[in-house]
Amino acid sequence: MQMLIALAIVAGIAAIGYIGGMMPALQFLFAIVLPLLAIAIFLVGFVWKVWSWAKTPVPFCIATTVGQQKSLPWIKQDKIGNPSDTASVVRRMAGEILLFRSLFRNVKAEIGPNGWLGYSVEKWLWLFAVLFHWSFLFVVIRHLRFFFVPSPAIVRGLEKIDGFLLFDLQPLFLSGILLLVGIAALYLRRIVIPQVRYISHGIDFVPLFLIAGIALSGILLRYVWPTDVVAVKSMTMGWVTLNPVLPTNISPLFFVHLTLVSVLLAWFPFSKLMHMGGVFLSPTRNQRANSREYRHVNPWNYPVHTHTYEEYEDEFRDRMKGAGLPVDKE
Amino acid sequence: MAKIAKPAELLKNTGFDSVPQTHWMDTPVDFRPGTWLFPGKAESLIAVDLPNPRKWSPEDADWKLPPNWKEIILDGMRERLQRYRSFRVFMDSCVRCGACADKCHFYLGSGDPRNMPVLRAELLRSVYLYYFTPTGKTLGRFAGARELTEDVIKEWFYYFHQCTECRRCSVFCPYGIDTAEITMIGRELLNLIGCNIDWIVTPVANCYMKGNHLGIQPHGLVDSMDFLVENIQDITGIKIEPTFNRKGAEILYVPPSGDIFADPGTFALMGQLMLFHETGIDYTLSTYASEGGNFGSFTSMEMAKRLNAKIYAEAKRLGVKWIIGGECGHMWRVIHQFMDTMNGPGDFLETPVNPLTGTRFEHAKATGMIHVTEFTADLIHEGKIKLDPSRNDNVKVTFHDSCNPSRAMGLLEEPRYILNKVCNHFYEMPEETIRENTFCCGGGSGLGADENMEMRMRGGLPRANAVRYVHEKFGVNMLSCVCAIDRATLPPLMHYWVPKVAVCGVHELVGNALIMKGEMKRKQNLRFEDLPGVEEDGNE
Ligand code: SF4
Ligand code: SF4
Repeated sequence: MQMLIALAIVAGIAAIGYIGGMMPALQFLFAIVLPLLAIAIFLVGFVWKVWSWAKTPVPFCIATTVGQQKSLPWIKQDKIGNPSDTASVVRRMAGEILLFRSLFRNVKAEIGPNGWLGYSVEKWLWLFAVLFHWSFLFVVIRHLRFFFVPSPAIVRGLEKIDGFLLFDLQPLFLSGILLLVGIAALYLRRIVIPQVRYISHGIDFVPLFLIAGIALSGILLRYVWPTDVVAVKSMTMGWVTLNPVLPTNISPLFFVHLTLVSVLLAWFPFSKLMHMGGVFLSPTRNQRANSREYRHVNPWNYPVHTHTYEEYEDEFRDRMKGAGLPVDKE
Repeated sequence: MAKIAKPAELLKNTGFDSVPQTHWMDTPVDFRPGTWLFPGKAESLIAVDLPNPRKWSPEDADWKLPPNWKEIILDGMRERLQRYRSFRVFMDSCVRCGACADKCHFYLGSGDPRNMPVLRAELLRSVYLYYFTPTGKTLGRFAGARELTEDVIKEWFYYFHQCTECRRCSVFCPYGIDTAEITMIGRELLNLIGCNIDWIVTPVANCYMKGNHLGIQPHGLVDSMDFLVENIQDITGIKIEPTFNRKGAEILYVPPSGDIFADPGTFALMGQLMLFHETGIDYTLSTYASEGGNFGSFTSMEMAKRLNAKIYAEAKRLGVKWIIGGECGHMWRVIHQFMDTMNGPGDFLETPVNPLTGTRFEHAKATGMIHVTEFTADLIHEGKIKLDPSRNDNVKVTFHDSCNPSRAMGLLEEPRYILNKVCNHFYEMPEETIRENTFCCGGGSGLGADENMEMRMRGGLPRANAVRYVHEKFGVNMLSCVCAIDRATLPPLMHYWVPKVAVCGVHELVGNALIMKGEMKRKQNLRFEDLPGVEEDGNE
């Protein structure tokens, strides 16, 4: 039910985009105001959110250690799993951010015969996540060509790698297809695995449908109902130069694409999609695990009441003496 | 104590392979006997100035919360959101991917979806979303947000005391979300309105006033120590002379107090005392700082600090140069990750140096405190003690990594190195269940009471399951560990799931194997059981 609401919301957004594209009168709104506003909300919101995390102190060293500590010289330290210096933390973080190393550890628990437990390797989530995130990144980078004249070398290089297959004598960009495959797999996982379905909120489906809609409309625009790329670029360059150009000759389908992207951007900072920033700031991953070697300082460490030795001795002095224990005061 | 079902029956309804029909937000908590813990006694709360001391029971409809409880909780959340980046980032970043779901021993043993780490965190996140984010405020349940009600408090109380703060979930989460951290914050919040459990608060009060969780007074400690000394003399013929509160000693030794009073911890302590005697190090114990463990850390960071303060205070008063800590799990989370921050700087101490080997423990130069297995591993590696591992030939040993030394420290090889030197038969459990993947004993973080025995057996199932595997495959009959809570919680767990497997501390095996200068021919191990081979000798 909640999932259907999410679907309806996204479908509604797409429909609004379509209508916007159909009506020349609304084009200013949909081609200029909405995208620019979305970009502004995204930038300000993202920075605001990351700032709200970054300014919050990390009072204790809470690194999760997943390997041997640094101790005796002849015991081999696991520098990545239990990093004691900054360079190792950087490697650990790179593993998390680029390769999703923690997700790669995944094992699945199962109830075996007689009710006892067993474990098996389960890399699907890791695979889908890698597929999805990397192809998303490729797609985003490819789209940079709409914002630079001429399009940057990195974009052209990537296009060569990404588009080595040909479809109807045009390069077929694998990343777009894989993005759609990845999102479909993540969606199926969410509804097929009972536990994952159980923990899902309606809102968890919104980004899935949004991104699926974006990918699908993008693919259609490229291969099935191509739109006028030159017109699109003049519009996007208009945003960049803050010199708005009203598009001409752009299909309503393009406005579906654009509106979905705008909503995704504007909503991003307020959603769980902020895990993109969170992964960089997670204290269990980005701290050095050397808290006995170097003191970690808590900026709000405040004095507390303790039961002092003097109070203790006052209470127990006679018994301590009786038991032959030394005392400070006779 | 509530009656608990037979193992075979309990196994049949672990049920984590399916989920219930009703949404978790619509499922009231069922305070079924055997799953929850008794609330804190008023006098214990008063002893450590905790708010809202009263007589109450979780089964009552009215929990006698303070009239402004809601405001207290929301203010408490606001304050913690400003103090802990972890809290903020963890609240904002979860994508509900479910990677953590089947990583929690309580979920695997109970099948209760709210024991999936992700939902345990959602218990708090839902309230965070509702009161602290625009999305939650406007979209409500659709966004996973809900209002804070007394039922939510009841749910927190139930499920934050079904998390042993073991951090296993955080190993697998792609963003490192540590539900233990969320549980710790959840328990801090509950403590603000007086919802805590007696198995934590009373040890806290004891430790605060008397120096240790069990509330043993100084002369009681001396008596117990005398008893252990006598036992050592009976077994080895050697009289060792540990001291308490001795000024000018080089080293302060702080074990968990459980090891002074309860088997099989006492055997582990005896092993350590024998080792210290044999090496001739200049050490003392303290009656004031007679507890390495810290149940305060299961209450709030403030309480952790109040209890932990004694260790440095006593080290200063006695003028020691450095500190050795005993075999205890959560104690080492506090020592390794919190102590220097809370009560330091420990710069009045020196970098620990092993007087026999000259090894400088550089990795502990700021806190000045090392783990006893670091000390022993160094001694063995440098050939400073003589060992006869065949004295442990009656046992086939496996090793249970305690949660905190593995996931909040990384003490993995030291105990293994020792075990391989002090016994001839050592077998590892499957890799999914050891080292950083280790499964909790089911009773850590203050949940080792009797009244929640069913939940302990459920939570301990994955651990027992792995022991059972090596028991059947290799005939393992001894589960060794470096944790005092384990030594209290694993014996009943083994008794229930894998009878015939006993539990010991690593240093019990060290004590058995240690060849001491001038000792008599040993006939018995530290448990007063005949050593392997003794009977045949007698028959010759
Ligand atoms: S693994 Fe992390 S992100 Fe995934 S559901 Fe669990 S806590 Fe959330
Ligand atoms: S910390 Fe341990 S007990 Fe708590 S939710 Fe995570 S896995 Fe479960």
